[in-house]
Amino acid sequence: MAATQETVEQVQSLEMDKYKYGFVTEIESEKAPKGLSEDTVRFISAKKNEPEWLLEWRLKAYRLWLTMPEPKWGKLEIPEIDYQDSYYYSSPKSMEDRPQSLDEVDPELLRTYEKLGIPIKEQEVLAGVAVDYVFDSVSVATTFREQLKEVGVIFCPISEAIQEYPELVKKYLGSVVPAGDNKHACLNSAVFTDGSFVYIPKGVRCPMELSTYFRINELNTGQFERTLIVADEGSYVSYLEGCTAPQRDENQLHAAVVELVTMDDAEIKYSTVQNWYPGDEDGKGGIYNFVTKRGICKGKNSKISWTQVETGSAITWKYPSCILQGDNSVGEFYSVAITNGRQQADTGTKMIHLGKNTTSRIISKGISAGKSQNTYRGLVRVAAKAEGARNFTQCDSLLVGETCGAHTVPYIESKNRSARLEHEATTSKISEDQLFYCRQRGISEEDAVGLVVNGFCREVLQELPMEFAVEAQQLVKISLEGSVG
Amino acid sequence: MLEIKNLHAEVDGKAILKGIDLNINKGEVHAIMGPNGSGKSTLANVLAGRDDYEVTEGGILFDGKDISELEPEERAGEGIFLAFQYPVEIPGVTNTTFLKEALNAQRRYRGEEELDGMEFVKMIRGKTKELGIKDDMLKRAVNVGFSGGEKKRNDILQMAVLNPKLAVLDETDSGLDIDALKVVAEGVNKLRAENNAILVITHYQRLLNYIVPDQVHVLSNGKIRRSGGKELALELEEKGYADYSGEAA
Repeated sequence: MAATQETVEQVQSLEMDKYKYGFVTEIESEKAPKGLSEDTVRFISAKKNEPEWLLEWRLKAYRLWLTMPEPKWGKLEIPEIDYQDSYYYSSPKSMEDRPQSLDEVDPELLRTYEKLGIPIKEQEVLAGVAVDYVFDSVSVATTFREQLKEVGVIFCPISEAIQEYPELVKKYLGSVVPAGDNKHACLNSAVFTDGSFVYIPKGVRCPMELSTYFRINELNTGQFERTLIVADEGSYVSYLEGCTAPQRDENQLHAAVVELVTMDDAEIKYSTVQNWYPGDEDGKGGIYNFVTKRGICKGKNSKISWTQVETGSAITWKYPSCILQGDNSVGEFYSVAITNGRQQADTGTKMIHLGKNTTSRIISKGISAGKSQNTYRGLVRVAAKAEGARNFTQCDSLLVGETCGAHTVPYIESKNRSARLEHEATTSKISEDQLFYCRQRGISEEDAVGLVVNGFCREVLQELPMEFAVEAQQLVKISLEGSVG
Repeated sequence: MLEIKNLHAEVDGKAILKGIDLNINKGEVHAIMGPNGSGKSTLANVLAGRDDYEVTEGGILFDGKDISELEPEERAGEGIFLAFQYPVEIPGVTNTTFLKEALNAQRRYRGEEELDGMEFVKMIRGKTKELGIKDDMLKRAVNVGFSGGEKKRNDILQMAVLNPKLAVLDETDSGLDIDALKVVAEGVNKLRAENNAILVITHYQRLLNYIVPDQVHVLSNGKIRRSGGKELALELEEKGYADYSGEAA
């Protein structure tokens, strides 16, 4: 009996090791009534004390959402989603009183972030990284705001930006991803709760990395964050988001929208380390990660660079894209997508060349293991006036084992004869020879897989800010545990 | 140090090794020679514990310990090193990263403390200097874009860093021109010591001009047919393996 119990505990601890962010924070929360209706939208807007124009904007989106079909073109099997079975707003009760400083924040929340390895107190966080902590539907804290303000950089929860910088928000919200773009983005427009707002003024190079950490905690709750980053002329910012959620048997919906805008000579570097709970080995539970991310290089010589490491979520549907409007503007997409167990990912990018001499670069590394399906889907479009456009695309797929799938679906549409478009694609398997070579040198089979896969992803991982590159390497390794032997 | 007793092994159900006996002591260099298909490479893989190479009878004692059930990485930790006939490429993983992972994995296995970054770099610089290998090789991905000679030298560097008790060189001379061969042999000779042993597996005698063995064994059809001193290699060079081709030899 005792022995059995011991075994059970061991197995459980193994499971937890695989997804070490799977714990739940026991905390009292304030929620919107379950389900989705105009009342839900009004509830959220009222909670956030929003101006009338924004409520109208949300309601318009909601009415449009009712009429829109689910996007069906991904190579994904998505069970029908019961939108009425979810909560659209959830906030820790203690946050209702709007704590003015960290000392007033519920210690349970502070402990949660400590457990996640990202303490909130400024003296404890990574030097040189400012963080906005979003917990379910609200921002808990944002560090280093004062220092950033001194150089004119605005970094705050978007709900606050709506109050304090309404003109900026009104000008850019929905300007890159309109509410009607797709059904998931439309839902976000109707019920978005929090997220980050960043404005970098002219000529300013943001003195630290900005980062938002998203955490879903509450059961049956969706997270609908909205991020808006505007880089004015000649400015630069590097921004990183990270995401985790508890281990639960029910699926949870995460439908985010991210909009980036760069003016002349400005640059935004946007990195994502996505590690939502992926569900168990049999595909039970996990996050549906339906995200619309798009940036517009409005000004000439501007640049937007997306880097993503996607290891979590039961289903990922995500295509961070660039609209290259300004002449000589540059779009980049560096992606690592790892699927294991029963995970499904359909991810890639769109590079829309509108301006002259615009260039884009796509490097995608897909790794499939277990019984998962992993698809790269990309579009490179060159408009008639985009004289001298150039694109380079490289899509590499790596298969671990015999029961997974890797797919590459590149679309190219060129209406200008001067365009130069290159596409390279490879599919390979981790070979027995590689594994034996590593093992003969003393490296265990699991570590060998981690090593080979990290090598495969290196080009992309080295694009991450240094502070996060090591963490991402660990994550790559952990995501593939149990995929061999 | 290594005691192989009546070793039988098969691959995919096919018997390849049919009763090998071999003893190698500390400080000795042994050579196994034999025609293609005699079981030379199988012996190397069986010693290293590769999957699909199944021991059906007999056993392998290493420092008195039966290792025939150990995983390849455990055998590596015990001190067995295999220099490959075809070293494998690992794109995106630098030699430094690979060597550090390997060395620290072995140290963990032996209950020794892992080397930190500084200690490791100091140690590895010493080894490259000793072997006359340029440091920029450390920054390159493991064997990617390496010439045949560079790959073999890289294996020798790994051997120097991991400092095994027993090094098995599996046809390490194949595909090397004479200059590259000399360089590799020189590297191996530098690593010869009282406390370790080397097993050279080769088809041709020429490598043995540079790595001079204490004993030579002729392997044919899964068995050692004859053993002798270094002069046996010269005899084989002259007469070929014709005398050993039959079961009865």
